[in-house]
Amino acid sequence: MNKKQKNLLIRVISAGVMMAVLMLLPLDDKPICRFALFMIPYLTVGYDILRKAFKGIMNRQVFDENFLMGVATIGAMALGEYTEGVAVMWFYQIGELFQSYAVGKSRQNISDLMDIRPDYANIEEDGQIEKVDPDDVEVGSTIVVNPGEKVPIDGVIIEGHTTLNTAALTGESIPADVQVGDEVISGCVNMTGVIKIETTREFEESTASKILDLVENATSRKSKSEQFITKFAKVYTPAVCYSALALAVLPPIIRLVIGMQPMWGDWIYRALTFLVISCPCAIVVSIPLSFFGGIGGAGNQGILIKGSNFMETLSQVKTVVFDKTGTITKGNFVVSGVHHSTMEDKKLVELAALAEAHSSHPISRSLQEAYGKPLDLGRVSDVTEYSGEGVVAVVDGKQVAAGNLRLMKRLGITAEDCHKVGTVVHIALDGEYAGHILIADELKGNAREAMKALAKAGVRRTVMLTGDKENVAQAVASEVGISEYHAGLLPADKVGHVEKLLASSTEKDRLAFVGDGINDAPVLGRADIGIAMGALGSDAAIEAADVVLMDDDPLKIAKAIRIAKKCMRIVYENIYFAIGVKLACLLLGALGIANMWLAIFADVGVMVICVLNAIRCLMVKNL
Amino acid sequence: MKKTYKIDVDCANCANKMEEATKKTPGVKDATVNFMALKMKVEFEDGADVDAVMQNVIKNCKVVEDDCQIFI
Repeated sequence: MNKKQKNLLIRVISAGVMMAVLMLLPLDDKPICRFALFMIPYLTVGYDILRKAFKGIMNRQVFDENFLMGVATIGAMALGEYTEGVAVMWFYQIGELFQSYAVGKSRQNISDLMDIRPDYANIEEDGQIEKVDPDDVEVGSTIVVNPGEKVPIDGVIIEGHTTLNTAALTGESIPADVQVGDEVISGCVNMTGVIKIETTREFEESTASKILDLVENATSRKSKSEQFITKFAKVYTPAVCYSALALAVLPPIIRLVIGMQPMWGDWIYRALTFLVISCPCAIVVSIPLSFFGGIGGAGNQGILIKGSNFMETLSQVKTVVFDKTGTITKGNFVVSGVHHSTMEDKKLVELAALAEAHSSHPISRSLQEAYGKPLDLGRVSDVTEYSGEGVVAVVDGKQVAAGNLRLMKRLGITAEDCHKVGTVVHIALDGEYAGHILIADELKGNAREAMKALAKAGVRRTVMLTGDKENVAQAVASEVGISEYHAGLLPADKVGHVEKLLASSTEKDRLAFVGDGINDAPVLGRADIGIAMGALGSDAAIEAADVVLMDDDPLKIAKAIRIAKKCMRIVYENIYFAIGVKLACLLLGALGIANMWLAIFADVGVMVICVLNAIRCLMVKNL
Repeated sequence: MKKTYKIDVDCANCANKMEEATKKTPGVKDATVNFMALKMKVEFEDGADVDAVMQNVIKNCKVVEDDCQIFI
């Protein structure tokens, strides 16, 4: 609790005690004394509300909650209902206190969740280590990160190795091992060893700062329901005030005209009840709080949602379009099989890796990885590269040809074709066919589960777009369970396809595009909602997407949708509940059935319930 | 030019009012008030005197919500 809250708490408690004492005193026959005594707790608990209401009137900002409460309580006091007048103010302040405490708590919670802001950096200059503000570290400086400290700025490790905990960034609990030459991003916690990092960015541009900036600004993009509430509050309060006035004045006048007792006191009391019920705090506070909680909770799970409006759209996603590479498949090519080999499989891979050793083609990198040992380049000589076909080289004194079917044809060698999907490297040894190596893009571990989870989350249609050949696309699609795919697309075609899909979807039937953030910024922007995954450290993706998944787990897409749905459900629950209860009580109040006590419940009780409900948005961990 | 300021305000509706008031201040191109983060982002018009504009912003915000603070 801060000072303001403590102050209010003391006032509420002391006013409560005074009230209890006053109610026990026999004051019924001393009206002036009674009034004076009841003014003490009234002013103790409500003086600031009255002051604010008065200032509002002076500044021509008449209609707000303070005004409502001021008029209602003063009116009740004037009618001689001292207990109720004080009680309304007292409960209202308890509500305010509760709300301010709840908001503060969730603010605290979210900043704890997003605890990635580094406080300092240990900069090393001439062998001296100095603690400085991360803002003051220039690009290219050397910083030291000790175990237990956060990496303050993005950079590359130049000395030492360690294990990094990226949980605060990605929600991923398995730590990552890093060594010299690896890139590290700010916000990770160094767990085991001392490392030296050469910074590659300024603090402002570093991952941690960008993410914090994004989360903190997320609630500035308002959703439709928030805009509705803002407009609603603007119209609502004056409307209620005028209705209350009408309720106080019109019925008695009509009764006078038709010759009945006017019953002024009765109708004014009803009008005052009306005012107390109508206070819009419950909705005005709980809706932004829900979005804030949802966005913060998602952020903790490594899902960054850039605004409340995107939260709303995400909850209505019915079609998900994937850009295959990087979302469903890993985008790294690995040796997935060796066929028709005339020698040991390992030996064939070794020969191929050596022959391709001088090439920087991704295929040669996959071969080297499959070989797994450092290459002895001394064993390779006389390398001839045939562009678009492969290489011929002398390895250990023997001529090795490694390449596609065209290379085999050129050399006059009959090759066995492969019926599996992927890139095939045929090998020939001294002019004799020696078998082929299949290299394929790996599926992500839980790509299949991800599709099932999406279907469960209400996604009706999944579409895969890829630049790969038809047979590759078909194999991947049937493997993971995607019904619709379009193969052989150029990046520009993807935008066209998404536009076609968009044209066939309706307002409540949103389309999400999932990409890995590389080369797909235009499509990310075009879809109703663009989701970039595995985007940690990629600025372009963070800029272009509406939702950023910090790691590359496709299951997170369904999780993001579930979080959005929960959040929106809570928002609507609160809107319907609050407006429903208030309308019902307003009606009862106008008919004279509801008294001031029910009015207090309709105001403070509803607010407390709505705020408690809104706080549930934060709890998304096990969703 | 854009600048971010820390603010203190008690209720969400008051934050909206502050946003409206800031937007209407001369020299301010756009403004967003984030109640949950208690931050205010102000985009100034080109060539505006930031300090003078912010003084007016504070004045205007105090009119709509007396109980608010902007930390410059």
